[in-house]
Amino acid sequence: MENNNIKKNDWVKYIIVFVITLGLFAVAGGLSSFFTNKKVDTMRAIQDKLATDILSSETQFSLLSELSCQQDDGSENLSAELSDMAAKIEYSENNFKDNMAATELKRYYTILEIKDYILTKKINNRCGNKRIPILYFYTTAENCTECTKQGFVLTELRKKYPDLRVYSFDYNIDLSALRALLRIYKINDTELPALVIDENKSTGFKTVENIEKLYPNIIKLLPKDTTKVKK
Amino acid sequence: MNSILNIIFYTLSFLAIYVQVFFLVTFFENRKKIVIRKEDIELDHYPSVTIIVPCYNEENTVGSTINSLSALNYPKDKLNIIVVDNASKDGTWDVLQNYIENPQIKIFQETKIGKHNALNKGLENISTEFVGCLDADSTVHPEALKRIMTYFSNPITMAVAPSIVVNNPKKLIQYAQRAEYDMAHYNKKMLAFLGGIHVTPGPFSIFRKEVFEQIGVYTKAHHTEDQEIALRMQKNGLKIDHAPDAYVYTNSPNSVPKLYRQRVRWIYGFIRNALDYRELFFKPKYGTIGIFTLPSGFISVVGTIFILFFAFSQMYQHIARKVLQSQAVGFHIFGDHFSFSFFALNTRTFVFVSIILYILVIIGLLYGRSMIHGRKKYTWWDIPVFIIIYTFIAPIWLMKAVWNAITSREASWTVERDFLINKKI
Repeated sequence: MENNNIKKNDWVKYIIVFVITLGLFAVAGGLSSFFTNKKVDTMRAIQDKLATDILSSETQFSLLSELSCQQDDGSENLSAELSDMAAKIEYSENNFKDNMAATELKRYYTILEIKDYILTKKINNRCGNKRIPILYFYTTAENCTECTKQGFVLTELRKKYPDLRVYSFDYNIDLSALRALLRIYKINDTELPALVIDENKSTGFKTVENIEKLYPNIIKLLPKDTTKVKK
Repeated sequence: MNSILNIIFYTLSFLAIYVQVFFLVTFFENRKKIVIRKEDIELDHYPSVTIIVPCYNEENTVGSTINSLSALNYPKDKLNIIVVDNASKDGTWDVLQNYIENPQIKIFQETKIGKHNALNKGLENISTEFVGCLDADSTVHPEALKRIMTYFSNPITMAVAPSIVVNNPKKLIQYAQRAEYDMAHYNKKMLAFLGGIHVTPGPFSIFRKEVFEQIGVYTKAHHTEDQEIALRMQKNGLKIDHAPDAYVYTNSPNSVPKLYRQRVRWIYGFIRNALDYRELFFKPKYGTIGIFTLPSGFISVVGTIFILFFAFSQMYQHIARKVLQSQAVGFHIFGDHFSFSFFALNTRTFVFVSIILYILVIIGLLYGRSMIHGRKKYTWWDIPVFIIIYTFIAPIWLMKAVWNAITSREASWTVERDFLINKKI
C-alpha cells in the first residue's frame, strides 16, 4: 500500500502555486489600474482643454468690454465639451469612484462648471437671455433612483437643445465654492434631484415635458435646422 | 450587496485560478513522463483480464461494444468478457444470445436493478488477475488494453483509468462535449501525477482483482459507483493511474436534455459521494484527494453556480438602468452610445481576472487535446462553443444536482437510460 501522505516538497509546491496565483491577481489589478489611469488621463486632457477654453472666454470677455453679442465666442464647442466631460464623469462615478485621481478631477470639473456658469450669466446680462444655464444637483452618497432618471432626462434635453448648458453638481463633493452655490439656491440633500433654471429652483424628478412647461424659454433654443439635431 | 458579491467573486476566482496554476505547474514538472504511443506495442507478459459489460436496454449498442472488445489486440486466451444484462426491457438479452457460443464471452442476467449489482454479478464470476468494466454504450481502441497494462508494471498501481473520447460527434452539443472531454484528459493526467484521481470511469477502467478483495465490491453509491470505488481506493491508499493513450470511444448525449440528465446524475453522485467521504477533506494523510481534488471539485460546483448569479446581478443592474431610462425618457433599444469607444470598455479588475482564468482553462484544454489527437491535428472552433454552452447550461444542472443532493432525490442509471431510449438516442 502506498503512503498517500503529503510530503514536504508538495507543501512547497502548494506555496509556490499560491505565490504565482497572487502574482496573476496582481497582474489583473495592475492592468485594470493601467487602463483606468489611461481613462483618467483622457478625462484630464478634456478638462485641461475645458479650463483653457473657459479662461479664453473670460479673457476675451474682460478684454472687450464692448464685446459684440453676435461674435462667435466658441460657446457651441464649449457646450459639447462640457457634455462629453459630464458623460465621462458619470462613467467614472459608476466604474472607478474609489480612484483618487478621478475624484480630484471631479472636484476640478465642479469648479470649472461654476466658473463657466458665472461667465454665462455675465454674457446673458450683457447680451440678453441668449443662453439658458441649467444647474442640476444630485447625490451619489445614497441610492437616488430619481437622480439617475433625472440624469437621463438631462442627457435627452442636451440632445434636443445642443446649446443648452447643463451644469451637474454632486451634492456630496467637499468644495467651498459648491457649498456657496448650494447656499445661494437653498439646496438641501433631502430634496434631490434639484434643478435651477433661470434662477428658479424646482425639486424632485422632472420629465423633458415638465421642464419645457416650467421654463418655456428653453423652446427658443430648439435648432432651426432639425437635420442637424438628428446627426 | 455589490461589495459582498465582489468578495465572493474574487475569493472563488482566486481558488479557481489556483487550481489551474497547480495543474499547469504539475504539467511542466511531468510533461516528459506523458507517454503517447501511436504504434502497436508488445508486452513481455500478458496477464489475464476480464472485462465486465453491464447493460440495461442497450440492444442497439451492446453488439458493437462486445465486437470492439473481441477486436482488442490482446491474446484471446488471456481476455474474458462477461456481459451482464440488468433486467433490460428491450431486446438486449436476445442480442446477447448471438454470443452464447463464443468461448471468450460469458453471459449473465442480474434481476436486481442497479449497475453496481450488474458489476458485482460479473465480479462473482471472475478468475483473472485483472478486471475491468466497459459501459455498453462505448467501444475501445484495439491497443487500449495493452497500453493500460503497461502501467501495471509499477507494482503499487492498483487501477488505471483510460482516456474517454467523444465518439463521432455530429451535433454542436457533442462537439462542445468533445472539447470538455479533452480538457478532462489534461485534468485527469495531472491528477494522476498528483495521486488525486477521484473517479475510475465506467468505460474501461482496469483494476487489479485484489482491489475488490481488499476493499470490497461495488456499492450503489448514489448511482455513481465509479466515483465511489475510486474514493474508497484513495481512502485506502491504493494508487490510481491514467493512460492518456488508451482510447475509449463513448456515445455522448446528442441533445441538451440528455446531457442535462447525465450531468445531474454525475454531479449529484460527486456531491453525495464526497459528503460520504467527508473525512478525507483537508487531511494530509489522505494526500491530494483530500487536500486538492475534493475541495476543488466543490469550489467548481459553487463557483459555476455563483458565476451565473454574478452574471444575473450584472444583467439586473443593466436592465434596472434601462427601465429607469425608459421611465424617464422613453424606450431606447440601443442606448445612447452605440459607437465603440475605449472609454466605455470595462477595464475593472474582475474582467482581467476572468480573462486570466479562461486563458488557463483553454491552455489546459489545448494540452489535453494535443495529448489525445497529436500536436498538429486539432480543431479550435469547438472551444468557444464549449465555453459559451457550458457557461449558460452547466450552472443549471449543477443547481439541480445540488438541490437533489439537499433533498436526497436520486437520479437513477436505469431512469436515465429509459429516458434516452424513449427519446431515441
